[in-house]
Amino acid sequence: MSEQKPHKSKEQPIYLDYSATTPIDPRVVTEMLKYMGPESSFGNPASRSHSFGWAAEAAVEAARKNVADLVGANPKEIVFTSGATESDNLAIKGAAHFNHKRGKHIVTCKTEHKAVLDSCRQLEREGYEVTYLDPMPNGLIDLKVFEEALRDDTTLVSIMHVNNEIGVIQDIEAIGKICRERKIIFHVDAAQSAGKVDINLEELPVDLMSFSAHKIYGPKGIGALYVQRKPRVRLEAQMHGGGHERGMRSGTLATHQIVGMGEAFRIAKEEMVEENARLLKLRNKLYDGVKDMEEVYVNGDIDQRIAGNINISFNYVEGESLLMALSDLAISSGSACTSASLEPSYVLRALGRNDELAHSSIRFTMGRFTTEEEIDRTIELVRKAVGKLRDLSPLWDMYKAGIDIDSIEWAAH
Amino acid sequence: MAVYLDNNATTALSEKVLEAMLPYMGQVTGNPSSVHRFGRLQKDAIEQARESVARLAGARAEQVVFTSGGTESNNLLLSGFCQKSKDARIAVSAVEHMSLLEPAQYLQPAADIIPVDANGRVNVAQLKQVVNEQTSLVSVMSANNETGVIQDLAPLIDFATEQGCFFHSDASQAAGKIALNFVESGLHAMTISAHKLYGPVGVGALILDKRLPMSKIQFGGSQEKNLRAGTENVPAIVGFGRAAELALAELQSTATHVRSLRDALEAGLKKFSSISIFAEQAERLPNTVQFGIEGFDGETMLMQLDRKAIAVSSGSACTSGKTEPSHVLKAMEVVDMLANSAIRVSFGKNNTMSDVEKLLTALTDIIEINQQSSVMMAATV
Amino acid sequence: MAYGEKVLDHYENPRNVGSFESADNVGTGMVGAPACGDVMKLQIKVNDEGVIEDAVFKTYGCGSAIASSSLLTEWVKGKTLDEAQAIKNTQIAEELALPPVKIHCSVLAEDAINAAVADYKQKNA
Repeated sequence: MSEQKPHKSKEQPIYLDYSATTPIDPRVVTEMLKYMGPESSFGNPASRSHSFGWAAEAAVEAARKNVADLVGANPKEIVFTSGATESDNLAIKGAAHFNHKRGKHIVTCKTEHKAVLDSCRQLEREGYEVTYLDPMPNGLIDLKVFEEALRDDTTLVSIMHVNNEIGVIQDIEAIGKICRERKIIFHVDAAQSAGKVDINLEELPVDLMSFSAHKIYGPKGIGALYVQRKPRVRLEAQMHGGGHERGMRSGTLATHQIVGMGEAFRIAKEEMVEENARLLKLRNKLYDGVKDMEEVYVNGDIDQRIAGNINISFNYVEGESLLMALSDLAISSGSACTSASLEPSYVLRALGRNDELAHSSIRFTMGRFTTEEEIDRTIELVRKAVGKLRDLSPLWDMYKAGIDIDSIEWAAH
Repeated sequence: MAVYLDNNATTALSEKVLEAMLPYMGQVTGNPSSVHRFGRLQKDAIEQARESVARLAGARAEQVVFTSGGTESNNLLLSGFCQKSKDARIAVSAVEHMSLLEPAQYLQPAADIIPVDANGRVNVAQLKQVVNEQTSLVSVMSANNETGVIQDLAPLIDFATEQGCFFHSDASQAAGKIALNFVESGLHAMTISAHKLYGPVGVGALILDKRLPMSKIQFGGSQEKNLRAGTENVPAIVGFGRAAELALAELQSTATHVRSLRDALEAGLKKFSSISIFAEQAERLPNTVQFGIEGFDGETMLMQLDRKAIAVSSGSACTSGKTEPSHVLKAMEVVDMLANSAIRVSFGKNNTMSDVEKLLTALTDIIEINQQSSVMMAATV
Repeated sequence: MAYGEKVLDHYENPRNVGSFESADNVGTGMVGAPACGDVMKLQIKVNDEGVIEDAVFKTYGCGSAIASSSLLTEWVKGKTLDEAQAIKNTQIAEELALPPVKIHCSVLAEDAINAAVADYKQKNA
């Protein structure tokens, strides 16, 4: 490991899929390696009888503090998990199960990540009731609509901080205040926001918050759940056996992965302001480079949005063929977890985008290693591909001829 | 460098495994669910690792479900099975790891516990005591983490299968130490963990026969054949695959090596008058010995050994924070006094004969000092 | 998603892209729906002997849909209307080695030629 830079070469596509996963920062790898291999401090942190175990435990606790520091939490409020999916499962099912005697109604939003939506669906199968809110067309939640959805038997609200597809930032402070007034537990999936948006849990009215490491230059396979201590939020564990993580999550802790997450969070805290400014410039450059083409729409609010995300629909061009034309770019249409299917993005559908616009959307997400040259090249490739596919598109012809596509009776198949 | 003799708790990641993982921790990025080139590379790496893990377990690749580790595999097995079959009734052996016993007791507060004999073994007669028409799943581990006792599973599987039960075995400790053959064994499910065989912590597998009813317990994606949602931990999975390849290739040589160390240690231990080796009459893993020394407190011994730079444990790492005697020894009806003095030594491929000598010397010192002080205490009373 | 070589070839270099001016000897078939993610427009120019002497297409859809229509234009040229209508989706799917999830693209192509022929026949009835 002499040359510690994420690999880039001319033959490789340009990576613009930072919301799916990020490369591990080389500085993170350096820290992880101290806990990997026979010459390292490789002990099991649960081994209480020897120095190997203690060294690992000390490293875990140092990492816990780094994670807590980025989000203004107490280290004792951080529970490590195998990733944000597990954190969401633990938060939602754990809180709902623990409080089932108080009520069995949950409120969430249609644009949440599958880990939240599928956990809620599971609870529905168990007899809970779930309200799935429609966001406003800009992707944000209408606080009035939200408040009206709450009931006396609502015990849990789960709203994500930043959306993985469209990058919009929800006002979790306002939502949390409403929850507090009614003593409803508030869970926030912050997998896409930690390290990108300021989070101060000391002041935010949030009870549970999910984090992922591999979305902010840390390793895969590790995440965390913030569980507020004052007042104490209680959960039913989803995994049993050993009582690790104060009984909330059993299983041997992966020291090197936790150390990696800690280092990733430490770096994020240090560099977030600068990085956001740089990413905003790149994102604006990308958008400015394509927005003068006709029929180009940004999905989601452009202002209440993280710096590294732009989600654009190129009308009259089908998304999958656009991805194919842009094979020199690693991008996605919709979220990575669903893009193997042919369904249009459920997030864009929930915004009220029609199917064509949903079908023609591309998510560009930039990050720490994205360069200005890559954005220049991206603009060039996108303009060429959209132009080519529109020349092929009968819908584009009709649009140019002034025919309203909605007026045609299409034979659905 | 301290002497590490706690390889049943976790093993040091092998250099070769680390080498295989490094590209996936730096140069190669991507989410395996992404359809672009970066994603596909990750997906391919996962499938290659799946083949290697399957070979170690004697299973087919499509039977391997990757998880975050042995604990998750055991939880997935029990919760996933109970979710799918509503009237599930599970029977587990008394010496199972906590990651199996606790979820079993959580799912079924009065879980059926299969007793063991004084040597920690389950036999068909004991199984008969517990298994009845309601029983749908039996779980008996392949080898015990504390005593190293290897169960003779074949007659148990035969009996349980005749009764119409499914059979799971936690092979976390057995994998890499003894040969496994999932397909031929007649098992319906098996747990394996990577960090017990010189692979990384944070990854394991549940090997599943498709006849076993199974539902996922972690929701939010269709990864791992829709049995385990969440972005795959690709570097760890790649490391698991490499570790499995190495474990299979080195199975015999490692076993021979650690057995010679273990036998030398046991020969040395027998020179102490008050030592009992637990489950001595049973077939045990070649690397493991657990013993008790009458009149000594195990935790204190561990501390004293640690001060002499020797790392051992009393039993399972997960419970070694507690002061209760081990549930495994209790199930074998070892008296509390003796159980409280338990020390487990588990060798690994990196240990040498000089480690054995160091341990024996240290034990001699500690025992002598303690005997002197207790003699002195007796004199002052 | 991995595409077959022939799909890639037709996608990179689509044959016979374009439109004909509306005329009596031109049949137009437009099938599919934007909401479903694919719309195929196929036009055939038929000579006095009832033989398709030229064909063009425009397609909004995935790479396999584009390739299916591009291939179709090559195949129908020089065929009589009956021969053209005898082209089956399975032949297209086989030629392009379409995976199961993309079979509907070849079905759409078959629909397109049928629709174009029907349109021509209606105009010249």
